[in-house]
Amino acid sequence: MITTIIYEGSWLSFLTVVFEIYERKLGAVNILKNNKAQINIFGVPLLIGADPPKAKRVIQGLKAKLTTEGLKNLFSCFLSEIEGIENDMLSFIRLVFENEKSVETAYGYPEVLRLSKIGRMVYREKHRMEAFVRFQLTQDDIYYSSIEPDFNVIPLITNHFKKRYADQKWIIYDLKREYGIYYDLVEVNEIYFDFKNDYQSVKDEKIFKDDEILYQVLWQDYFKHINIASRKNTKLHLKHVPKRYWKNLVEKF
Amino acid sequence: MSDRILEKVQILADAAKYDVSCSSSGSKRQNHNKGLGNASDGICHTYTEDGRCVSLLKILLTNFCIYDCAYCVTRKSNDIKRAAFTVQEVVDLTINFYRRNYIEGLFLSSGIFKNADYTMERLVSVAKKLRLEHKFNGYIHLKSIPGASDELMHEAGLYADRLSVNIEMPTEKGLKLLAPDKDRKDMIQPMNYLKEAIILHTDEKRLLKTSPIFAPAGQTTQMIIGATQETDKEIMYAADRFYKGFNLKRVYYSGYVPISNDKRLPGLDTGVPMVRENRLYQTDWLMRFYGFKVQEILNDFNPHLDLDIDPKLSWALRNLSLFPLDINKADLQLILRVPGIGVQSAQKIVAARKFHKLNWDHLTKIGIALNKAKYFIVCNSREIFQKDFSATKIKQFILSGSSSKYIKHNTEQLALF
Ligand code: SF4
Repeated sequence: MITTIIYEGSWLSFLTVVFEIYERKLGAVNILKNNKAQINIFGVPLLIGADPPKAKRVIQGLKAKLTTEGLKNLFSCFLSEIEGIENDMLSFIRLVFENEKSVETAYGYPEVLRLSKIGRMVYREKHRMEAFVRFQLTQDDIYYSSIEPDFNVIPLITNHFKKRYADQKWIIYDLKREYGIYYDLVEVNEIYFDFKNDYQSVKDEKIFKDDEILYQVLWQDYFKHINIASRKNTKLHLKHVPKRYWKNLVEKF
Repeated sequence: MSDRILEKVQILADAAKYDVSCSSSGSKRQNHNKGLGNASDGICHTYTEDGRCVSLLKILLTNFCIYDCAYCVTRKSNDIKRAAFTVQEVVDLTINFYRRNYIEGLFLSSGIFKNADYTMERLVSVAKKLRLEHKFNGYIHLKSIPGASDELMHEAGLYADRLSVNIEMPTEKGLKLLAPDKDRKDMIQPMNYLKEAIILHTDEKRLLKTSPIFAPAGQTTQMIIGATQETDKEIMYAADRFYKGFNLKRVYYSGYVPISNDKRLPGLDTGVPMVRENRLYQTDWLMRFYGFKVQEILNDFNPHLDLDIDPKLSWALRNLSLFPLDINKADLQLILRVPGIGVQSAQKIVAARKFHKLNWDHLTKIGIALNKAKYFIVCNSREIFQKDFSATKIKQFILSGSSSKYIKHNTEQLALF
């Protein structure tokens, strides 16, 4: 019989799920995120929230068996939010615990290859966002940027921006997932806008500094003039800058 | 004021675009002073419509120039609009673009006004201002002006991450023809100075952690391809000499974009040799990452690279006696030489075969280009594609994109004519 597990959706709660599966010696399971859970579930689902000590034990177990890269990759897969990823991650984790040797690079196992591929996709999105964030300077001296990444990469890019822009205040806001991060010159915190009110004002041009538009125009002009027309290669251009990102890219406004 | 600065950006970006290098990698400069920025491993913030990475604000300080190099838009005799930035203008642009996450830093080059030192001094003062007044830790690439003094090159090395002199013509003969008033010696001299200085500073740094970093991303150069008659062999042998003689990090190959109806140059209606340029880059990669010697790829029998197939495939077809390789046993160095297998896939193969003997299915999933590789390898499978075909035949199969027996007939027939 398949046990359905509904969990809270956070990384810690997913790790708690793994703990419970081992603790209760559950066989076949189907792990669903709280908000994704459908009504047509057979039997009574198991509801699991985050339990930090339990999660920590799973992490320690994984750390003993995986390299830092391997663990990072697992976390990246989690951030993909791809439907059913939890089940793939679970079968990978089972493989890790069952084997004496590290299975991290045993690409002959389908779940190892799949997670390595998904991890790479998420990693690519992280890179894209490090590249595609475009800050606009507001009147109150905060550099603001909206993003709409394919995956939930904010946790993966926080450090990069914190190190790089240590001397300016900034906000990176994920419009799809409706949360963002704010750096206030000391630390980074998660923030949530009350959309109807706050976000409208973000879009309002008057909130930006006077020379913000000048720099945007300069950048657009630079972008145009650095191009060599006789080498035009639209296919390559679109491969690197897919259309779905354009609406947040100043040079593509 | 804003109109004037807009026009300057247009003119001086236009003039800078023929320098293909836009890399911002190779430096590990940290944001150590709670200032602005750090070096990364080469983020491309966007791509131009010609598909090239935009990582740096690549711009000329000025396009006034006292020289008249035939292949260059900035040459003295060319009738174009001229402009010049002030040092402060370049600094402001860089800082403001960087703060908005448009760029990784600055690549500043210049036409030569008055003389070499005068020009170099301006370039250095932009870098100095960025570093000292703005606590800027982003990437800075400065052009070394041929003939600039050692003192200025030293200062440049203290503030810049990377420096480059464009050698432009692969041979001295080419340079004499197109830039008669330029001297190869003047180009080599700053390169030589920097090479020695970088070695010295690296040694010093090993002994004394607090000693300043000096041009951490090293030196590069660029050669223009197809403006003169050099063979691919001459070009790549020159590149090989530069890599070895000056410890260069990169050599760039820039297909000549026709910009003039000067009789010495390809006419305005010739295309940019982009395929050739690509083949040269592939050769460069084979030399740097795949363990090939340049002589294996280009020599007196093969002075030019094939345009229709990549250089690794050409090499393999000339050396069929070394194949097929057993993918489950061969050394990494040999697997790297199989057409259709890249560095990452080769490493994956070596890692994965510790667990399973690999078959075609595994290899496909690992992501190698089986359509090429299958003629050069065997694996844990009964199915074998390498059946003592001749080089010509393998090439035909690969080019026709299929080895199905229906197409086989066709290509054989075609080859008769
Ligand atoms: S010196 Fe440099 S900028 Fe001046 S014409 Fe020659 S290549 Fe162009």
